[in-house]
Amino acid sequence: MLRQDFNRSDPKRRILADHRKKQFAAPTYQETEYHHRLNFYAPPPTSDITLEQFEQWAIDRLRVLAELEACSFRNKSLAETASHMKPLINKYLLLQPNTSSSPKLFEERQKDHYSHFILRLAFASTEDLRRRFSRVETMLFRLRLDDEGPREKDAFIQSANLDCEQVTEDERNKYRDELAAISSSKKGIEEETTWIKVDWERVPDLVESRRVFMTAGKAYVPSKEQSSMVIAEFTKRLDRALDLTARALPRLDEDDRLTPILNHLSKNFITPDASYVSSSSSVAGADISARNIDALSTQFPLCMQNLHKTLRRDAHLKHFGRLQYTLFLKGIGLNLEECLVFWRSSFHKITDDTFNKEYRYNVRHTYGDVGGDSNRRGGGYSPFSCQKILTEHPPGPGEAHGCPYRHFNLENLTTLLQGVGITDRSVLNGVKEDKDSQKFHMACNRVFEHVHKNEIKKAKDESVMTSAQLETIVHPNEYFKRSYLLKNLGKANSGDIKMEDS
Amino acid sequence: MPHSISPESQDSCEAAEAKIEMVDALARNGDGQQTADKDVAMAGTNGDEKKDIKLEDLFADVDSDEEFPSSRREEVKPSSPPVAPSSPVGNGDNGISSSDPELLRMFYQRLFPFRYLFQWLNHSPTPTNDFGHREFALTIHDATNNEIYLRYQSYPTGDLIRKDIISKLPLRFEIGPVYTTNPRDRKTLRNQNSFKPLAKELCFDIDLTDYDGIRTCCDKANICIKCWQFMTMAIKVIDTALRDDFGFKHIMWVYSGRRGVHAWVCDKKARVMDDQKRRAIAGYLEVIRGGAQSGKKVNLWRPLHPHLSRSLEILAPHFQEDVLETQDPWADSDRAEHLLSLLPDKTLNESLRKKWDSSPGRASTSKWADIDALAKSGASKGLDTRALLEAKQDIVLEYTYPRLDIEVSKKLNHLLKSPFVVHPGTGRVCVPIDTNKLDEFDPTTVPTVQELHGEIDNWTGEAGDAKTPADWEKTSLKPYIELFRSFVLALMRDERDPKVKREREESEGMEF
Repeated sequence: MLRQDFNRSDPKRRILADHRKKQFAAPTYQETEYHHRLNFYAPPPTSDITLEQFEQWAIDRLRVLAELEACSFRNKSLAETASHMKPLINKYLLLQPNTSSSPKLFEERQKDHYSHFILRLAFASTEDLRRRFSRVETMLFRLRLDDEGPREKDAFIQSANLDCEQVTEDERNKYRDELAAISSSKKGIEEETTWIKVDWERVPDLVESRRVFMTAGKAYVPSKEQSSMVIAEFTKRLDRALDLTARALPRLDEDDRLTPILNHLSKNFITPDASYVSSSSSVAGADISARNIDALSTQFPLCMQNLHKTLRRDAHLKHFGRLQYTLFLKGIGLNLEECLVFWRSSFHKITDDTFNKEYRYNVRHTYGDVGGDSNRRGGGYSPFSCQKILTEHPPGPGEAHGCPYRHFNLENLTTLLQGVGITDRSVLNGVKEDKDSQKFHMACNRVFEHVHKNEIKKAKDESVMTSAQLETIVHPNEYFKRSYLLKNLGKANSGDIKMEDS
Repeated sequence: MPHSISPESQDSCEAAEAKIEMVDALARNGDGQQTADKDVAMAGTNGDEKKDIKLEDLFADVDSDEEFPSSRREEVKPSSPPVAPSSPVGNGDNGISSSDPELLRMFYQRLFPFRYLFQWLNHSPTPTNDFGHREFALTIHDATNNEIYLRYQSYPTGDLIRKDIISKLPLRFEIGPVYTTNPRDRKTLRNQNSFKPLAKELCFDIDLTDYDGIRTCCDKANICIKCWQFMTMAIKVIDTALRDDFGFKHIMWVYSGRRGVHAWVCDKKARVMDDQKRRAIAGYLEVIRGGAQSGKKVNLWRPLHPHLSRSLEILAPHFQEDVLETQDPWADSDRAEHLLSLLPDKTLNESLRKKWDSSPGRASTSKWADIDALAKSGASKGLDTRALLEAKQDIVLEYTYPRLDIEVSKKLNHLLKSPFVVHPGTGRVCVPIDTNKLDEFDPTTVPTVQELHGEIDNWTGEAGDAKTPADWEKTSLKPYIELFRSFVLALMRDERDPKVKREREESEGMEF
């Protein structure tokens, strides 16, 4: 498995061995040892395992990774994720520290090592899979690193061989105030920290959140942030290894035992985005047209209602607002012509000329009517999921996109909710709690359930909708669709039957 | 001097020549659509210039209707005297619109510093891929006066871009990244994924429209010297951070022509940064977060990061003078209510509100002083003085800290308007700003293309001057072009320095 990787990382050996002899010689490898609980997964595994183990180990790891990804989509904090994942990790991917005298120490670490490399093979094939794999593996690594005891952690960081410079006493005196501002915690207790100095390019995430002191292109990293450097290093090495794997994949000399397993594995790692299928979000029989949007907008989720209100108030929306709203409208089944009509009539303060010049192209691009090949073939962009709205492009001054539950302060959010007719005190309180604990989608679902409580009850009683159809909403278009179906319970039902017939 | 006697006649000669050339090219293009098609398929990277022209016209053709060549010819013919306004709808001096083709031709032909533009992007006197693989995007008018946006234009040398710009007369053009291959050849690559942006200056865009919530003198696209002070503050803060914290040296600030400024960070290290690093710098510098509805826009950890405490020091005098006194942001009670919403103590807010209601129209300076005065007088028991101080710091930042259009800085492949282009709306030239004389810069005195045209005409040479100066030296554009030249020269010097070169190789070694 991945033998050329191994060779590549060890050029000396290549020079020493005559390749003609080596080609037929049985390969001998150094026995893999696991000194640390954590692993940078640099050398690939070399001993034999059975096919059953191959599949079972991979599936076990995949379970953990899939759940980790789900956690990130639900916007769980690091602590929440850790507590949520603990039982799962203990069941499928337990790794005990060096201090425990468990006899299984080696087997556990071997399983961790092998399963990582098997999944590497399974997920190296496409750019998208590689990105997601590296993301969740990094999350897993971070969880384990945080969980590690201080001494083991230090030993591991030492072994990781990050080249960096210690900050001298002179420099520490020179920048005393600045360093103090970064290291001192809220409690005001000055802790003795060691500082290292690196090029700022190596710790972009620390720079972005202003957790390091910067001067002349050097970042001064306090000891408590050094683990994030290790994590960055882990991701960097993994990404590079994945690229190499991807390039080696076509040359994988395979006797069709592994390929089906690998394909099967990568298919099981479905994207949450894929759970939204564009054809399923539009509703049959609804009159989706430009002049009807006002009426329909009462059934939109709060983010879209806010955009709609802002649009009606200002007769304008800024770029990301237009993008988010256009995609949503596209998702509910508004066709391109109607969408252009909608935007044209909404921007009533500008001339036709300005509209054609500055906005028409963008709307058409969103629908895949113009643009590069891939855009047109793919039918434009797909509507934003809650995940995307919550995490990407937070709104800036004068912008109205994003998720109100997240990007509004409580007062404005309450005003907005009251403005759309949510006055029930218990619901508002619930929303406040959800917002405080950063469960924005829960707040949104809470509001949905409140607004539709009669219909949901009816739907459950008559069991017209299965419980699967009523699970948590994680997509604005799903919100509208479900809202529409519930409001038109009788009619939609007959529509469904009709569709099945045809 | 022959020049000063009849500059117009000479101008018209040149212009006429250029026109004939263009008409020719267009005619050929119109007749031989099919041969031109073949040319496209066969044209190499550096096809000869005639082919080049055809190629571009063909691109323009794709977007417009087929009548493009002929109608264009008709439009061009009657305007033989170069000064005659062919479309006299404008706001400029002689009633000539700043997008008038003849005025643009004069500007590009006689004033635009193509040589320095080339050197600036090329980083060396001899043409390299830094320039040749650089994307330019041109905004031009077609025959029916629609705007067409031509992306992925590129030019091997400074002379060729000048030639093409003069023939196309774009209203404006933008500069994009350097790509792995020539952007014009991107469709011919077998592997489309290998066409990637490699390097671009780190750019910042600050726009006064983002200050509409806090400025009282103007709104939307309008500006005056009062609200320009926000730009002055922004430049000071960002420039200091980029130089001191990140160690960048070659930073050029450019007036965008209407209501904002652009920054171009041209250091080699900055140019080769990937998106993640750009995002990191943008995040480091961004303080004002949240949309119209998010309430408090500044939320910072204490103690303040050194960058922020330094910025506060820079901004505090401006806050007193340019915000409190000049802008008077809390004069009416609605806006004052926003100020109260940013203060932490409810009881203190009550007494402040009472006081301000009793004397309507109280100036912001007094209101700001009232906060401390009332706090000291013990209007609120259990007042957290520390929280109040922090809230006041946050308010100073909200009203002074630069509001960046962050998307421009985050992406490697974002396009930004080139310096020295004429802003189509105002006619003002996008000139670099001298940061040593930052406080003296007044956007309302930046030359417009119409003024420049007049200045060339009115110029009379000094007696005994040995050599004839270049056209730009006769105009008020001179100090700006000289500033640009010295900036470019300093940049080129650093790129040549062998020490810098070795550093570059090392950093590249780390990338891969």
